[in-house]
Amino acid sequence: MSEAVGHEHHGPPSGLLRWVFTTNHKDIGTLYLVTSFLMFLIGGVMALLIRSELFQPGLQLVDPHFFNQMTTMHGLIMIFGAIMPAFVGLANWQVPLMVGAPDMALPRMNNLSFWILPFAFLLLVSTLFVSGGAPASGWTIYPPLVLQTGDAFPLLILSIHLMGLSSIMGAINIIATILNLRAPGMTLMKMPLFVWTWLITAFLLIAVMPVLAGAVTMLLTDKFFGTSFFNPAGGGDPVLYQHIFWFFGHPEVYIMILPAFGIISQILPTFSRKPLFGYTSMVYATASIAFLSFIVWAHHMFTVGMPLAGELFFMYATMLIAVPTGVKVFNWVATMWRGSLTFETPMLFAIAFVVLFTIGGFSGLMLAIVPADFQYHDTYFVVAHFHYVLVPGALFAIIGAVYYWLPKWTGHMYDEKLGQWHFWLSTIFVNVLFFPQHFVGLAGMPRRIPDYALQFTEWNQVSTVGAFGFGFSQLLFGYIVWKAIRGGQQAQDRVWEGADGLEWEVPSPAPYHTFETAPEVK
Amino acid sequence: MSEAHGGYYVPHESHWPIVAAIGLFVTMAGFASLLNGAGFGSTLMMVGGALLVLMFFGWFGAVIRENQQGVYHEREDMSFRWGMGWFIFSEVMFFAAFFGALFYARVLSVPWLAGAGTEEWTGRLLWEGFAATWPTNGPGNIGGEYEAMPAWGIPAINTLILLSSGVTVTWAHWGIKKQNRKQQVLGLLATVVLGVVFLLLQGFEYAEAYKHMNLTLETGIYGSTFYMLTGFHGAHVTLGAIMLTVMLFRAMAGHFTPHNHFAFEGAAWYWHFVDVVWLGLFIFVYWL
Repeated sequence: MSEAVGHEHHGPPSGLLRWVFTTNHKDIGTLYLVTSFLMFLIGGVMALLIRSELFQPGLQLVDPHFFNQMTTMHGLIMIFGAIMPAFVGLANWQVPLMVGAPDMALPRMNNLSFWILPFAFLLLVSTLFVSGGAPASGWTIYPPLVLQTGDAFPLLILSIHLMGLSSIMGAINIIATILNLRAPGMTLMKMPLFVWTWLITAFLLIAVMPVLAGAVTMLLTDKFFGTSFFNPAGGGDPVLYQHIFWFFGHPEVYIMILPAFGIISQILPTFSRKPLFGYTSMVYATASIAFLSFIVWAHHMFTVGMPLAGELFFMYATMLIAVPTGVKVFNWVATMWRGSLTFETPMLFAIAFVVLFTIGGFSGLMLAIVPADFQYHDTYFVVAHFHYVLVPGALFAIIGAVYYWLPKWTGHMYDEKLGQWHFWLSTIFVNVLFFPQHFVGLAGMPRRIPDYALQFTEWNQVSTVGAFGFGFSQLLFGYIVWKAIRGGQQAQDRVWEGADGLEWEVPSPAPYHTFETAPEVK
Repeated sequence: MSEAHGGYYVPHESHWPIVAAIGLFVTMAGFASLLNGAGFGSTLMMVGGALLVLMFFGWFGAVIRENQQGVYHEREDMSFRWGMGWFIFSEVMFFAAFFGALFYARVLSVPWLAGAGTEEWTGRLLWEGFAATWPTNGPGNIGGEYEAMPAWGIPAINTLILLSSGVTVTWAHWGIKKQNRKQQVLGLLATVVLGVVFLLLQGFEYAEAYKHMNLTLETGIYGSTFYMLTGFHGAHVTLGAIMLTVMLFRAMAGHFTPHNHFAFEGAAWYWHFVDVVWLGLFIFVYWL
């Protein structure tokens, strides 16, 4: 009854329970972002353990089984715990502000989407302490290897189910908000690019998270209930798992990058003081990338044994993705062309994104070529590739977005000088960390193995130095955000001179409830 | 009373979502413990399940009360419509994974095991003498000799039952539009009864398969796809029947007006979705 009989108060309720019961999109956005940062630190410690072991050849610190647990958990935590919740948190904060909506379309379900996550990660992280240790098969959890997991196995599968549930509900909420709660006059083709990319991302999430749920359900029944989905003796096929998994997995890759594209498309025009170049083509390019993501999955499996026609189809389809992606990179560069540029921290991260993400894109193009991939498959070259698109790609966009919108959220400017330090430390160390992995990968160093041949030593040492430098630089990020929450120079309503959009029409900090009456968009 | 934000109802804080999250967590932790052989697992699952049932009553009850108080208008109604529509789309994709597995096995992996295409040596070296047929329990004869489930017995009857239930639910919908309470109640009652009969027949079919045909979950890829597809479908029929039962009680309470009855429509959409999935099952699992 309490829900229906409302009391007239407009500020946030006080006390810790506010965060447990809240239906406010800003509160829930904050919860997502804080959770994401915590998971980022946990996953980061795992990465540092991996890099420490790889500092020298031979077995140094951890036994191989634990090493494999670390690579698996690092992947799962960073993907499902750090990157995805960060984007959902940004969507929660920004989508209602950017389309002029009073809140998310389904506010109670919004709370549930978030609160499932801490429990899902409790299940996942608890596997470190059960008999047999955490899952150690790599984050892709291929059978038959993953079926050898000990007590961690059902915990792993069920935590993935919970994460999927959370993602699906979050995506339904975002899609309903965008389609139903736009301010009068905001037609689809007037929506900010961040909103557009999230609309398409939400569609991808709803389409593929259930497929992942199906794949891991089959793993569960194969292990505990005697089914034969992935057992050739019963007529199944372990490769079937890879097909279903990557039918989820490739769109998942774009789930982690399309919102980043949207963020970059917001930041670059602001600090170039020019409208985005080629808005319409940006929208169509995003949609094309989303469409293509459904027909390229088997490029993750070129060496598994597929008919030649399949290899060729997936190779050409994959290479096609370079076309809409190239359109985007061209548009970003053209947006900056002859603009009146300034280089505040969000802009620095955005420019670094354009350059470094493109490097990751190019190595992706190399991996798309079937005969070349036979050489690169499962080497550190692949590790270098996807870390370039995920760290200076997705993560840099998230960090840039936080700097860009933080003054709107807190009402305070962050410390620009420290922000610049954070940027340069991150950008230098991320390249020290990942660029050498291209070299050892091309020279044949396999991934997911705690030992390596002597000739790979130097570049691995460089990479480990970069990892520690990058990891500790992120503590600075935590400090800068904390400092801006506590105080700092008062932010203007339109925080940045060149900023455009509805979120800049409301005061800084944005009041607890915004756009209670919808604004008019011309 | 209620707060209208620009004409859109934004509810105040609610404790039901956290109850749902805890209920899910306890259920999942219990299920995992059960699978790992811990005796307390089933108790945990029951506690979690009870929490979830409580949550559904509380949460949906709150929404129904709000609706009766008239806080929802066209905008909110549209959010519910998008929400339900995309939820059903996610369910379609869940079934797509299992249909994908079925087609992959039938078209690719089973023929490959028998040496089709470039896999001639797979057939010769690993599974000498295995011929690609469907249904199959694989070259290892996993689960032992079995009989396949024929399409033209219970499954055909069940097809008729589900198709008829699609008609009765539409008739109930007409009853709402005409404000004919009796027609609403009778239509919904008939739909629920048909759903329950379907489930009983399906249960009978499973019992026959286990007792007399040695067709079990462990009967190779045929048994796996058969039971997982029909089993998840049965679970969805159960869920749909529960939704429609709630609608039946709401119809008896006179909740539905010709312009405000999306709860009913959402349940009917779901029922039609379950119906369409069944047609796919009937064709590809039972018939062809």
